[in-house]
Formats: sequence, structure tokens, C-alpha cells
Amino acid sequence: MRKALEISNLKKIYKGGFEALKGIDLTVDEGDFFALLGPNGAGKSTSIGIITSLVNKTSGSVSVFGKNIDTELEAAKTFIGLVPQEFNFNQFESLMTILVNQAGYYGVDRKTAYQRAEKYLKQLDLWDKRDNASRMLSGGMKRRLMIARALMHEPKILILDEPTAGVDIELRRSMWEFLKELNQQGITIILTTHYLEEAEMLCRNIAIIDKGIIVKNTDMKSLLASLNVETFILDLDSNDVADHSSITLTGFTSRLVGESTLEVDIDKSQTMNQIFTQLTDLGINVKSMRNKSNRLEELFVNMINQSQDAVEEK
Amino acid sequence: MSSSVNVIALKSILHKEIHRFMRIWIQTLVPPAITISLYFVIFGELIGSRIGEMGGFDYMSFIVPGLIMMSVITNSYSNVASSFYSAKWQHNIEEMLVAPVPNWVIVAGYVGGGMARGILVGLIVTLVSLFFVDIQIHNIWVIILTVCLTSATFSLGGLINAIFASSFDDISIIPTFILTPLTYLGGVFYSISLLPEFWQGVSQANPIVYMVNAFRYGFLGITDVSLTIAFSVLGVFIVTLYTLAMVLITKGVGLRT
Repeated sequence: MRKALEISNLKKIYKGGFEALKGIDLTVDEGDFFALLGPNGAGKSTSIGIITSLVNKTSGSVSVFGKNIDTELEAAKTFIGLVPQEFNFNQFESLMTILVNQAGYYGVDRKTAYQRAEKYLKQLDLWDKRDNASRMLSGGMKRRLMIARALMHEPKILILDEPTAGVDIELRRSMWEFLKELNQQGITIILTTHYLEEAEMLCRNIAIIDKGIIVKNTDMKSLLASLNVETFILDLDSNDVADHSSITLTGFTSRLVGESTLEVDIDKSQTMNQIFTQLTDLGINVKSMRNKSNRLEELFVNMINQSQDAVEEK
Repeated sequence: MSSSVNVIALKSILHKEIHRFMRIWIQTLVPPAITISLYFVIFGELIGSRIGEMGGFDYMSFIVPGLIMMSVITNSYSNVASSFYSAKWQHNIEEMLVAPVPNWVIVAGYVGGGMARGILVGLIVTLVSLFFVDIQIHNIWVIILTVCLTSATFSLGGLINAIFASSFDDISIIPTFILTPLTYLGGVFYSISLLPEFWQGVSQANPIVYMVNAFRYGFLGITDVSLTIAFSVLGVFIVTLYTLAMVLITKGVGLRT
């Protein structure tokens, strides 16, 4: 399988001495849907900035489909479509003008550019706004405009820096569907996001970055499988819970967090049936049940904490 | 990248730049016409009639080439300075930086946009001046060459100003404190031969003197300086400013972190 992106020992030290990247290595295969996760200031946007040549690297190498950005920058750029975190289009230009000009910067003739602009504006439900100044759009529309703009030259790799930040749930889900379709068409997608659910829903492979270091780089299934304990919240029938202190579940760590709300930790060797059996024996009915937190989020927090502990120990 | 790709990219930047100043024509094209009309009324009709001849021509005819050139200089410079800085400020310059557009195409696109506005305003001012004076043309090629080279020079100057600028104030400092004094002292309203010898020497250090005089030669056939020196000065400025602009953009000064 061809490598869409190869990063080797990439370092970035900003003026003033801040070390944003401390020598990261990363490989993304062609056709992958890849998540780059990390807290604020971890180095996600710096990495994307270097790949797209908006940030000058200090050292290391970056290749996009085999084209090294030091020696074949223009060729490497033709493969990449970028959806940045901040809105960065001209607020006074119309949607159509923004898209057609952007295609022109990649050498797409105006006739083809108008055809593609129509296609993507329709797909992203922006066609009716095509002649409006971009500043008139809502936040969600602006995000979709940036996706359309990134696709105008039909890139082989699409990099999205927190594309659904500030987007409502319904629109976020429709954007997920659109990105899935693009990926199915063969476009490699790299995503940074704060919504860990988003990474879990969309991505096959994942790298977690913290303080300029890749702390984990694996496939999503293996990552989730490494999660040993999940916490469930059980809403109990309050009529059945006469004496709070009497609820003890053998073999489980549990705690009452309200008059009739029970939190239970379950490891991989245990089953939900064992909890229900014990609660039934106690004469307690369960009205509803839910996950306490997103699984990936829990894992992510643990990893970041471990990474910070390791740095402090050094 | 292939040359056809670069040509399309250049056309796109030019289209964007020309579309920008045409979209806001009330801010970009109308004010120079009004300003120049006031100059003609005040300096030409009211004061000029008392001044008499200058360089063998009535005062109104003498100042017309200088006023046109002043408009070309101001508009070429301010177009690129404001457009490029605005693109930096809104971050939409990144649209070009992430695309495979060679740096020379970015420079040529913005300079071309500045030249287009400078020359268009020059034409508008020329048309306005026809209401006040009969314009004669001594050498059309000198006029075309001078206006093109001058607008290119000041477009490059505006680009470099915008690259270094970190606020909107920074793009008005040079026009206010350097460009305007140099223009007014650049022989627009007088022949430098009228100055005392010392100030004639000082004036020769002002590059705008050469541009105004070469332009005036194209209309009236008179000049205070040698045309060869005038075009040499323009050539040196263009090569120097272009080289500086390319170095700055390649290094990413003010554009990349």
C-alpha cells in the first residue's frame, strides 16, 4: 500500500524557544481515515501547518505521496486539500468566487472550476448561497464552504483541522456522512478533533500527540480494546431503594451518586448479566442504563496523564 | 509546475485583484477623479492663471502629466499594500500559500493588480483633465513605458510594505510620511530648474523626479533630467524591489511562522 504521508523526526521550535514538536514520526497509508488527537497546544496544528507549508519546520522530513516538501514542494501541495481550524476566506467575496479562484491557484481552468463549484456547493447544501458574500453565512455553512474549497482541485489527501468545532449535532452528523463518502471514493483523510466520538465513529487509525510527542499510534480497534474498565450509570427505581447502604455488588466496584443512581465499574472479564442478577436478588429494578463517558475519551485522558507523569519523572 | 498551470494561477490572482478594486469602485476609482478635479480648479484655473508659463507651456498643461503620475503612484502603491495586508489579516493569503503557486506568480499577480488600478486611475484622471486642458502627446511610447514601469515600481513597494506590516497603521505610514512628501517635492507642480542649485542637487536624489519628468517628456517633450537616467533609475528600482519581495515571500516573512 502506498504511503499518503510520511513524517520522520519532525521538530519545530518557535521563536522564543517553545518546542512544539519534539521529533515526531508518523505514517498514513493511502485511503486511510486517520485521526490525530491531542489536547490544546499538543502540536496538532503545527504538524498540519508544516505538512501544508504554512509553518516552517526546524528539522525532519515530510513526504506526501512520495514527494518531499523540501525538494518537490509544489508537487506535494497538489495532493493536499486543507480545511483549517479558523475561517480563512475573504469575507467580502461570494462563495462562487472563492471556490473558482481557489481552483485557479491549482491550475484548474475556469470552466471546469465552475462545474466543480456547482457540484460541491450542491453536495454541501450551499448552492442557494453561491452569490452571497461569505461573511453572511452561518458558522456551519462557513465550515462547509471550507470543505468545498479544499476539494476544488480534487486532492488525494484531505486534512481537516477540527472541522466540526462549533457545529450543531445534526450538521456534524451530515458532515461525517459526507467525509465517509469521500473516504470511500479513495480520498485519504486526516482529521484532528476535540470530539473523541468523532474519531471513534470515523477513523480506522489514530495517533495521540501530547507536548510535541506521539504517545500512541495504532489502529482504532486495538486502542479501544486496550480499555480495561468501563463505567456504567444505572438509574434505579427509587421505590426499590429504601436503604442506600444496602446496595453492594459482589465482585464490582460500585457507588451511589444520587438517591437512586448507581455507578458501576465493569472490567472485560465481567458481564452485565452479573450486575442485573445481583440487583434482582436485592429486589431492585433498573429503569435505564448508559455509559458514563465516551470510551475513547477515558482512554485519551489516561494516556495524556501517563504522558505527563512520564515527563514529570524525567 | 507546468507553464499553463502557472498562467491559470496568475490569471486567477489578477482576476481576484481587479475584481476587488472594481467591486469597491466608489472607494478606489472615484476619489482620484474628484481630487484631481480640485487640483485642476485650484492650481490650474485659480492660481495657475497668475503663475503664467512654465517650461514654455501654460501652467495647467505643465502640471497635467505630474498630476496623472501622482495618481498612478498613489493608487498602485495603496492597492497592493491594502489588498495584500488585508489578505494577511483575514488569513486568506493562505489560500495561495497552500496551493502550488510559485512565489513569482504571487508577486506578479499582486503587482499586476496594482498596475491595473494605477493605469486605470491614470486613464480616468487623463479623461478628467480633458475638461480643463487640451492634452498634447509628444511620444506615446515614452508615456506607456513610464506609466507601466512606475506603477510596477510602486506596486512592488506596496507589496513589501504589506509583507512587513503588522497592523493597518503600518500600511499608511509610508504613504503619509514618505510617498506624499516625495511626490509633492518630485516636480509635479514646478520645474526643478527653478530651484536653487543646492536644492536641485537634493531633488536629484528623489526618484519620483525622474518618473514625473520622463512622463512629462512623453506629453510635452520637455524634461529636467535625462531619459536614459530616468529609465535606468526605474529599472534599478524594479529589479531591487522585485528581488527583495521574492526573498521575503520565499522566507515567509510575515506569512509563515
